[in-house]
Amino acid sequence: MTAFRSLSAAMIKGFLRDKMTLFFVFLFPLMFLVVFGLLLGDSGSDKTKIAAVGDGPVLTTLEQTGAIELEKHGDVASARQKVDDGDLPAAVVVSGDRVELIYAASDQVAAGTVLGIVSGVVDKINLGAANVAPRFTLETKSVEDASLKPIQYLTPGILSWAISISGVFGAALTMVSWRKKQVLRRIRLAPVSTTTVLTSRVLVSIGTAVAQGVAFVAVALLPVFGLKLTGQWYLALPLLVLGTTAFFAVGMLVGAFCKTEEAASGAANIIIMPMAFLSGTFFPVENAPPWLQTVSNVFPLRHMNDGMLDVLVRGKGVEALLVPSAVLIAFTLVVGFIAARIFRWED
Amino acid sequence: MTGARIPAVVVADIRKSYGELKAVDGVSFTVAEGEFFGILGPNGAGKTTTLEIVEGLRKPDGGQVTLLGEQPWPRNPKLLPRIGVQLQASSFFEKLTAREQLQTFGSLYGVSRRKADEMLELVGLTDKADVQENKLSGGQRQRLSIACALVHDPDLVFLDEPTAALDPQARRNLWDVLRAIQARGKTIVYTTHYLDEAEILCDRVAIMDRGRILAMDAPATLVRGLDAPTHVVLQKGLLTREAARGITGVDDAQEDEVSLTISTRKPAPVLSALAERGTLDGLQVRTATLEDVFLDLTGREYRA
Repeated sequence: MTAFRSLSAAMIKGFLRDKMTLFFVFLFPLMFLVVFGLLLGDSGSDKTKIAAVGDGPVLTTLEQTGAIELEKHGDVASARQKVDDGDLPAAVVVSGDRVELIYAASDQVAAGTVLGIVSGVVDKINLGAANVAPRFTLETKSVEDASLKPIQYLTPGILSWAISISGVFGAALTMVSWRKKQVLRRIRLAPVSTTTVLTSRVLVSIGTAVAQGVAFVAVALLPVFGLKLTGQWYLALPLLVLGTTAFFAVGMLVGAFCKTEEAASGAANIIIMPMAFLSGTFFPVENAPPWLQTVSNVFPLRHMNDGMLDVLVRGKGVEALLVPSAVLIAFTLVVGFIAARIFRWED
Repeated sequence: MTGARIPAVVVADIRKSYGELKAVDGVSFTVAEGEFFGILGPNGAGKTTTLEIVEGLRKPDGGQVTLLGEQPWPRNPKLLPRIGVQLQASSFFEKLTAREQLQTFGSLYGVSRRKADEMLELVGLTDKADVQENKLSGGQRQRLSIACALVHDPDLVFLDEPTAALDPQARRNLWDVLRAIQARGKTIVYTTHYLDEAEILCDRVAIMDRGRILAMDAPATLVRGLDAPTHVVLQKGLLTREAARGITGVDDAQEDEVSLTISTRKPAPVLSALAERGTLDGLQVRTATLEDVFLDLTGREYRA
């Protein structure tokens, strides 16, 4: 058994036997995926529900639009009550040829939507009744735009975030604990090269990242969450690897500075949490103010996220890897170099 | 074993300062092949720093170290497989069992995995092979840690306070392990702050205090060289102080609340004189120990 293989095996065993680490690497990010996935799950496809009184072609056509769901009421008063109470954004009352729309002024977005749809329907029926052929025809076509359904940006985002956690924590805690317990000195006294030790540790982190990728994508693909992978998903693999090395380098830096495991996890959290929020892990970064988007470019997670989104859900090809990969490689080299310079074998 | 008998360890005038503190202040010693050499002294005497310099973990400010004919500093991969080091803290990989620890450390030296079981047997941990390191007792961890230092069959073994913080039974178990290692022809250099233990185990000891070696020789020689009197302790009331002083060979006699202590350099005739008087009840004989040597060298009581 070579030193490389047995060191890797030792680290994998240590990892698998540590419930706490397993939790933070797999279950903790998965929890976020499940919670956010369920919370935000249907928000895009929700029909707007309004109260309806009466019957006739207007109401039938409204239902056929697919955008409005009608809640039938026997009388105007009870329908009105629903709107007054804020339970429903609007009520449509049809009596003969008269269509009355009562809407709550507080929710302008819903009101605008309902108003547009109802007036559209009314106009269309009027045209039909006047026997006039429409001059303009409207055709609609949907495309995958930048604003994705929540699960579509959550999965790549949370996966990248989870990899940053396992990379930074893995490297930092291993280094601190090995230094504190003098395993580093012990290794230094053995005829094994630093490269062997380092590469076996990085390889274990990369293996972890791939396992995270498989686990998270598998969960997100479940019908409840409904992730749809587009394009060449396997292009995510180079990003997994390069992201891991970049975050591993960050972890090495943290580990070089911190003397205790507690200090190292504190420092790792201080780095990861703001980075996760600013890099679009939980919310698309496009919604942030422009200056914040600029700031977020300093984080490797932002670029990893962008790359992951492109190849997993935006259906982009290999060209989408160029910028993120270049940034991650540069980050690994620079941070890794600094970490190597301040590395200490012992306290 | 090489034909030309070069010493296993040659340390010449090594020095190391931390700011004002001279942790190691001109230490020299030589350890022969197969010897059990002890470095003793109270905490803070500079034992560990000395050992770390000798092992090649620290660069001395001055002086020379040669191990098996090689320089340990800077890190010397040619030398590393021939030396085994047990560090003061028990350094283990997380969550691995005793056997896995040995296999992993062994693999760093290219040793086959079967060697692990042999080592476990040597240190008496065969029945703990599948127990994780953090679930072992203090004494078991120390023995495992020593086994890890020996797994690649080094010629020269360094042990830093292997018996520290162990209960008396665990200490004695460990002594057996250390003797077994010496019986395999290894050279052992070890530090301890237990003088009594060093007296029992070591072929030669160096007594250190404040970064310097105060004395170095076989423990028996050091004690003999002290020319210290033997103390014979009797129950009080069996004999008066004056009567005791009258016995031939008695240098002095002192009394306290419970006992009468006779100092003598000729214990045999004094003991027979006491036997004639029938005053042997509760008698204790205490000969000089390394602690007396330390007291003589430093002028203060030994405090570990």
